[in-house]
Amino acid sequence: MLRSIEDLKNIQEKSRGLLFLRKNVEAVSEKRELLVCAGTGCHSAMSKEIMENFNEELEKRNLTDKATCHITGCFGFCEKGPIVKVYPDDVFYTEVTVDDIDEIISEHIVQGNMVERLLYVDPKTKKKIDTQHHMDFYGKQERIALRNCGLIDPEKIEEYIANDGYSALADIIMNKQPIDVVNVLKESGLRGRGGGGFPTGSKWGMTLRSKGDQKYMICNADEGDPGAFMDRSILEGDPHSIIEAMAIGGFAIGANIGIVYIRAEYPLAINRLRTAIKQAKAYNLLGKNILNTGFDFDLEIKYGAGAFVCGEETALIHSIEGHRGEPTSKPPYPSESGLFGKPSCVNNVETLANVPVIFQKGAEWFSSIGTEFSKGTKVFALAGKINNVGLVEVPMGITLREIIYEIGGGIKGGHAFKAVQTGGPSGGCITEKDLDTPIDYESLSRIGSMMGSGGMIVMDEENCMVDIAKFYLDFTVEESCGKCTACRVGNKRLLEILERITQGKGEIEDLDKLVTLSETIKDTSLCGLGQTAPNPILSTIQFFEEEYRAHILDKKCPSGVCRDLMQYVIMDNCIGCTKCARACPVDAISGKVREMHHIDQEKCIKCGACYTACPVKPMKAVQIV
Amino acid sequence: MCSLLENPKIQELDAFIDEIHAKESDLIEVLHKTQNLFGYIAEELVDHIAEKIGVPKAKIFGVVSFYSYFTTEPRGKNVINVCMGTACFVRGADKILREFESQLRIKSGETSIDKLFTIDALRCVGACGLAPVVMVNDKVYGRVEAADVQKIISECEV
Repeated sequence: MLRSIEDLKNIQEKSRGLLFLRKNVEAVSEKRELLVCAGTGCHSAMSKEIMENFNEELEKRNLTDKATCHITGCFGFCEKGPIVKVYPDDVFYTEVTVDDIDEIISEHIVQGNMVERLLYVDPKTKKKIDTQHHMDFYGKQERIALRNCGLIDPEKIEEYIANDGYSALADIIMNKQPIDVVNVLKESGLRGRGGGGFPTGSKWGMTLRSKGDQKYMICNADEGDPGAFMDRSILEGDPHSIIEAMAIGGFAIGANIGIVYIRAEYPLAINRLRTAIKQAKAYNLLGKNILNTGFDFDLEIKYGAGAFVCGEETALIHSIEGHRGEPTSKPPYPSESGLFGKPSCVNNVETLANVPVIFQKGAEWFSSIGTEFSKGTKVFALAGKINNVGLVEVPMGITLREIIYEIGGGIKGGHAFKAVQTGGPSGGCITEKDLDTPIDYESLSRIGSMMGSGGMIVMDEENCMVDIAKFYLDFTVEESCGKCTACRVGNKRLLEILERITQGKGEIEDLDKLVTLSETIKDTSLCGLGQTAPNPILSTIQFFEEEYRAHILDKKCPSGVCRDLMQYVIMDNCIGCTKCARACPVDAISGKVREMHHIDQEKCIKCGACYTACPVKPMKAVQIV
Repeated sequence: MCSLLENPKIQELDAFIDEIHAKESDLIEVLHKTQNLFGYIAEELVDHIAEKIGVPKAKIFGVVSFYSYFTTEPRGKNVINVCMGTACFVRGADKILREFESQLRIKSGETSIDKLFTIDALRCVGACGLAPVVMVNDKVYGRVEAADVQKIISECEV
């Protein structure tokens, strides 16, 4: 129970030692610390078992004075997970399994030798790299929102406090006026990271100015963009930063209730957040009379139930109220009339994660990072056909090329780059010619995409762009709430046209139809979902019209993805081994032993089983044409 | 089949509703609890909730049908979720889904007659580094290839 800022400082001093080894790399120490990534990616790959087995094994061998093992938030390098980091040596082990524990303990903990085979190998130089500071993946990153992920144990409030956690909140509620808080945030230039890019300070200022007996501070953790996991990683790796930011926001706008609206599909993040709230309450950093200042702020969790449109703030508010998550037109803005008709401020997780550190280090520090109108950093979930899949945080103004080729390590399997999609189902794709565009809100809009919430999906020559557009439309059609006709019916029609094209039934007029209908939907939909849903179509037509034409005119899918446009045929190098005929589930393949086989195209369901089964080398006898 | 309302879990649901003093704005929370307890939200449970918290049945159906997380049909013992997030999609998750469909002879969204398997597509579990990802109940399989499908099915409890 903390009663004053002095109490907080005492805890902070007492806890500093917890992070000593991690913050003083190469310190001379008898004891080592092992940090195991417990983000979703590594967690799925059994990282919890790794942590538990480490501690059991250390205990069994009486080595608990030599080393301890903890969990931490996402290191970001999901491609090579599970990651285990050893401090103070700063050694970075990749793809660790339960079977490696024994060797790490005997070699590294007991003998002090690195386990070389678990080190990351630089794909360019083929050299083993011992610390993350020498990896290209981390070279150009700057971790602000993710500052505690991979450093502290998210389930221990003391570690958060040891890294200056809650000091910004304490200082604000003791020494500042709400308007000062709003002004600092405005000066910092922080903009909404959920996609819209609205200046956060202005949003807080508007809610502060609104009159109301009750106001609400709301955190939007309904991360719905498929292929994006920034917010989830922050909540899993650093839940206290969100709690602290919510309390600061509550103080600034005059709200004493905060609500985190989180996807029910994120059980790990929910548990970590629950634990963190309980700890913060026990320390009197949340609840009634925080640090004896008279400021009350309580936090509740509300669960989403799988509706993409609930990322839109009015829809989200209706969902918290227990209704269908349908958006309503603005104005009135939530800052005037939000949850239960009261002034409310809705901020995204990543936006909030930046808040405490802005107050610790100052608005000037934050605004010195980034470009003229986009300050700070942005977290991206880099995924798709790229070597280093993972979570990256980069300063605004970095180019897409730097992210893809330096941080991301280039395209998987040596294939050719085709496009990168940002902004998820609302965004557009960006091609080679625009890769040198600096990343900020305005530049990305200018080249036909958007910042979005941070999904960044890389595609190579094996991805069919018509198929990708269809994938996104399929998503928005399913997620449209059905309120506006333009979105409900229009997007469905767009999807049907795309389906026709990928089935080889498209007509050349379809291209015009797609564009006209897309523009109508954009102009006439009520919320962001409908207004942006046709973007993937418009941008793929703009940059890959020839692929659409190949589907429509030549009835061919140049990337060999659209099944209806492909044929499996057997070439004359067939050795007549009968493997394909036996693998075929519909008996479409005929032919005698040691004679050339033949596929009946009428019967063929294009499952590809024959292709997989064909043993002929170097070129398979079964070919896709 | 005996009524779900005779199931002892209904008391647990009622206790939850009483504990949080559930009102209309708590409807989604109540529905989450219901699905946790029973596995799905059956019509008679909707009647029960409507009466218990004083919200029209039509409104509850409206909410249940709006959110994809809620299901009104019982699910199989093994729920196979193929992640169809963009990262998994571009790495071939659709082929994995088709393979499950053809091996189990049910379509995505359906449950097998013996109630052992349900196949579903889900949007991003956040393990994009392991793409394509398949989840069977809570177990995660990463970097799945079509050839692994048979093994995954054979590991399911039947």
